This record gives sequence, C-alpha cells and structure tokens, in this order.
Amino acid sequence: MSSNASNFLEEALEIGGGRTIGGRVVLVEDCVETSGAFVLHHLMKRVLSPESRGAVLLLAFAHPFSHYDRILRKMGCNLSSQRESNRLQFLDMLRMELPDQIDGEIKEVGFQELFSKLQTAIEVIGERGNNDGGITIMIDDISMLETAAHGCLDQILDFLHYCITLTSEYGCALVILSHGDIYSSDEATGLLSSLEYLADIVVKTEPLATGLAADVHGQLTVLNRGSLKDNGYSMNKFRNFHFKLKENGAEYFYPGSRKT
Amino acid sequence: MAAVPRDGTGARSATARAASSFSRATAAASPKPAIPGVKHGLNGAAFVSSGIPDLDRILGGGFQLGTVVMVMEDAEAPHHLLLLRNFMAQGLVHRHPLLFASPSKEPRAFLGTLPSPVSGSKDERPRMAPGLDPDTQDHDKGLRIAWQYKKYFGEQQSSELHSRDCRQEFSNDFDLRKPLERQLLNGQHINCISLLESPNLEVLQDHCSAFLSKLPRNDGTIGCAGRIAIQSLCAPQCGYFEMDWDMVSFIRSLRAMVRSSNAVAVVTCPTSVLPPSFIKRWQHLADTLLSVRAIPDEDKDMAKLLTGYQDMIGLLHVHKVAQLNSQVPVILDATTFSLKLQKRRTLVLERLNQAPVDGSTGSPYGVPGSSGSSKCSSIDF
Repeated sequence: MSSNASNFLEEALEIGGGRTIGGRVVLVEDCVETSGAFVLHHLMKRVLSPESRGAVLLLAFAHPFSHYDRILRKMGCNLSSQRESNRLQFLDMLRMELPDQIDGEIKEVGFQELFSKLQTAIEVIGERGNNDGGITIMIDDISMLETAAHGCLDQILDFLHYCITLTSEYGCALVILSHGDIYSSDEATGLLSSLEYLADIVVKTEPLATGLAADVHGQLTVLNRGSLKDNGYSMNKFRNFHFKLKENGAEYFYPGSRKT
Repeated sequence: MAAVPRDGTGARSATARAASSFSRATAAASPKPAIPGVKHGLNGAAFVSSGIPDLDRILGGGFQLGTVVMVMEDAEAPHHLLLLRNFMAQGLVHRHPLLFASPSKEPRAFLGTLPSPVSGSKDERPRMAPGLDPDTQDHDKGLRIAWQYKKYFGEQQSSELHSRDCRQEFSNDFDLRKPLERQLLNGQHINCISLLESPNLEVLQDHCSAFLSKLPRNDGTIGCAGRIAIQSLCAPQCGYFEMDWDMVSFIRSLRAMVRSSNAVAVVTCPTSVLPPSFIKRWQHLADTLLSVRAIPDEDKDMAKLLTGYQDMIGLLHVHKVAQLNSQVPVILDATTFSLKLQKRRTLVLERLNQAPVDGSTGSPYGVPGSSGSSKCSSIDF
C-alpha cells in the first residue's frame, strides 16, 4: 500500500490529498479489547511524511520512545532522524509525577510546568521553520495524565483548554487518546463528556460485537463535526468501517467487504 | 537475531520443546550470551517463563520482560495463587532475583508452598524423539544416568546437578504436591515484604524501584531477569481505603519502572473490591491481562457440555496479550482455557472441548443417564 493512497480513515478525518488536520481537536476513544493507538501512529506517520511537512509534539505517558520508534519504523518513518531534525518533539512523560498534595495549589504548579514545556517545544519547532504543515500535539494517553494528577478533573480541563488555545494561536492540531470504557460507568463520566464536547472529530475503536477475529481486528466509528459552513450550518459526518492492523499500516474496509 | 517465531512455538510438541532447549544450551557459547530462563522473540522481545509451559505457549513465548501482567482473581477461590506460585518457583529455579509482596504477616512463609519441578519428567514425557542428532542424545543420556544414581550423590552434588539440569530448560513442569527444595529458597536475591507493614504504597514503590534499579535494561544486552510478584494488591486487609488513585498511580509507576528494566511484574488483584471505572483503569495499565475463575464442583449442565469436566479446577481467561513495539494485536484462537491438574500434580491448560451432541436427542454422547427425556438443548441453533 503506497503511503499516498488515501484510505477510509483519512477520508473520514478529511486529511487525504494534502489537507491537514490543523486547528482541529481529534479525540480517539478506545477500550481494553481494542487499542486505538494505531490511529495515533497513522496520524504521526501522515504528519511527518515528506509531503505534509508537519511537525509532531508527542506527550508520551504510555510508552517509551523505543516503542514508537519501532512501530513507526515498520511503517516506513524513522522517528529518530525526525527527532534529530526537530520535526518530532518527544516529551517522555512515562515517569512524570505531579506533586501529590491534597490542596490543589501545588498540583497547579505541576500543570504549569507541563504547559510551559509544551510551549517551549512548540517554539523550538517554530524556530527551525519545520512547521509548514502545522504542528500536531498528541497526548498518549489522557487517562495516564489523570492518574498522575490523581483525578483532579478541574486541573486537567484547564490544561486541555490551554492546549486548545494553542490550536487557534499557532494553528496546532490536538490529538488525544482516551479510554472510553473507563468512563462508561455512571460514577465517572466527567472527563470523557468534556472531551467529546471539545473535540471536532471523535474516533471510536471497538471490538466486533461477535468478539475478536483474526481477519477483522475491530470497528472504527468516526464522527466528524466539520467546520461551520458559510450558511451557518455544520455538517455532521458519521462513518463506520472495519479495520485489520498490520505491522506496516492498516487495512480499512466496509463491514463484510473484506477481500481475502 | 535468533528470533523464535510467535506461532512456531505453538506448533511444537513437548518433545520438540525439550529438543530446542538442549540445542540452545549447546549454542550458549555463541556471541549472544544466553541468560538462564530468557528466550528472545520477535520485535526485540525477551520472554521468561510463567512456570506453566502451556501458558507460555498460549502467550506466544511467556511473560515478556518489561511488562506488567495482571491476574484478576476469583472472588471466592484462590486460583490466582496457582499462577503466582508457578511463576515464582520458575524464577527461583532459574535463580532470578525475586521480589514478593503479599498482604500476609509472614510473606516468607508463602515460599514454603512453592512447587518443585517434576524430577521424573523424563520418564513421564518421552522427551527423546528418535532420530535426533547424536550429540544431544548423548547429552541427555548422561543426565539420565546421573538422575538414576541421584540417591548416591551427596545433597550438595545432587542439587548442583539439579540446578544445572533445570537451567537448560526454559520452563519446567511443576509438581504441586512437592515443595521446592529448601536451598533454592535462601539467598540474597529473594526479597519478601508484607503489604500490612505500611499504611501507604510508597514503601512498596521504594522496594520495587530499589529492586529494579539492579536490573537495568541496555538495549541488546540482558544481564539478568528479575521477577516481581505482588499478591492481592488491593485486598481489603491492606487497608488501602479511599486510596484508589494511589493504587492506580502505583501501578502506573511500576509499569514505567518495569519498562526500562529486565523484569516482569505479576500483580494479582481482587477486582471485586474496586469501583468499576478503576477496574478498567487497571486493565488498561496491564500489558497482559488474565483472569481466573473457579468452577462449581457439581454443575450437571456444565458437566454434560464440556468433556473432562471432572478434571477441571477452574477456567483461565486471556483478555489481553502484551504488544510491545508493535501495533498489531495478538489474536488467539481461543481465549478461555480450562485449568487442569494432570495426574493431580502438574498444572495444564487446555482449550475447552464441547462434548459432541447427539442430533436426535440433543444430549451429548457417552454421558451415562442422559436419555431422550432430559432434552437439554443448552445450545440452540
């Protein structure tokens, strides 16, 4: 599969054919059975590809650099060299601990530090003039940030709002991975509903209702809210398709139409 | 790279497994130093054995170094201890450093319940396929003679022989009725801590980080593989009430620490005491997720449906298999396996077999006392 070929996912995200996701907020929701990390990998590869000339800022809470490096290398994208040329800013947040205090003040300091790190990284990318295709900020994943903050919802929402201001200020795109099933019970819906409200595009990955299969790894549901048109209406686009993951990418197809 | 294909191990029989471990031992002099009990796989993975050969096969090699394995306990039965015991015993046989934390007052006492490797395995399982290359055959013969005369050797010598023999194997079968030899239980490399001693998790976290700091991971070279076993982390007796966030946070930092070291952490937890959203958080943090469930002794319907129901002691469910350095999920043929005790000694995992159903009566063949009148159509098509 050539890297230029547009597929269902890119069509649904409206990033095929030279368009970028600049200025938008993408929420990827997954569950224990079906990881949604591959959407991040795909977008990362897309943004870092020579044609799009974008830059990625990865806030990695979930995995070390070697994990992403190996995966993206198999997809034909060398993260190490991208990192050297400053098109990838990798912030290793695996061990990040926000100071653990009951009174929220000290925590706020932790978030402020995090955000200033983010801003510095954006400036570094900007200085080198590597961002013709825009900067994409990726958070993998937000539930880990929540864990580090011991569930301080207000602080996280504040942080997210700051991140979203960056989308208008610098034209950054924001891609957030979150675990939908954590918030499915009644007790804890807070963060997810806020995220869904903030997002322009929601991508959900789920297992098939019939369980896991070797040929179909799961289904994707993409809700694209679209931008406000001239006449003041926004068009919600809703798509649903199946996918099968491979080391060098993924196959997307309509339910039942997989060619074997 | 000496990559062991994920699927290849699955197809192997017991004899082939034995043969491969012998060839590995002879190849120990090759540039890549072989560490006892560590096997290399695809995507830069290194595996240690879970202590149950069948589970290793199912998971595509064993527990991957640098991952957290979570076992969700059955609320009523201690089946998770079976997995934990075999995991720890396998590590001790390989002389891997071990950190064990448990909510009991005397965690070291648990070591006394660890099973011992099956010593007479050579007689029970025909390890030698005819027509193997003579070198390995000779090697094995030498060992066989040594085993036969084991009783004539002094205690010291035999244990040396023992550890030498075990070291060549990636995984052993364990005899649950026989306790592990005493001298394997002593040593600097075993750390036992009680979760009751401290009111918060910081002490445990410090222990883990001190333990893992001795096992750094440099790409390519592996010094030694460590094992962390934590029993019933969120059990009520630990007294971690209202500390859900602390526990999740502990798992997260444990995961981060393990990622950068040569160790596997196995954590069992009674999930029934956690709120649902936190169960999901734990599950997301686990790299490999297993759950065990006891089965009722006399469930007549189940007995009719499944063959070998009498021998089963429980069910093991594989929810998630670790996928480091890869985005492709591991899809297993089956996710539920029956835990059985073979000859009341060794733990085996088998796929569930549904008894063939007689089309005319709807009841399985070969079940005594099931007549046409008891038309139990447990499967409706």
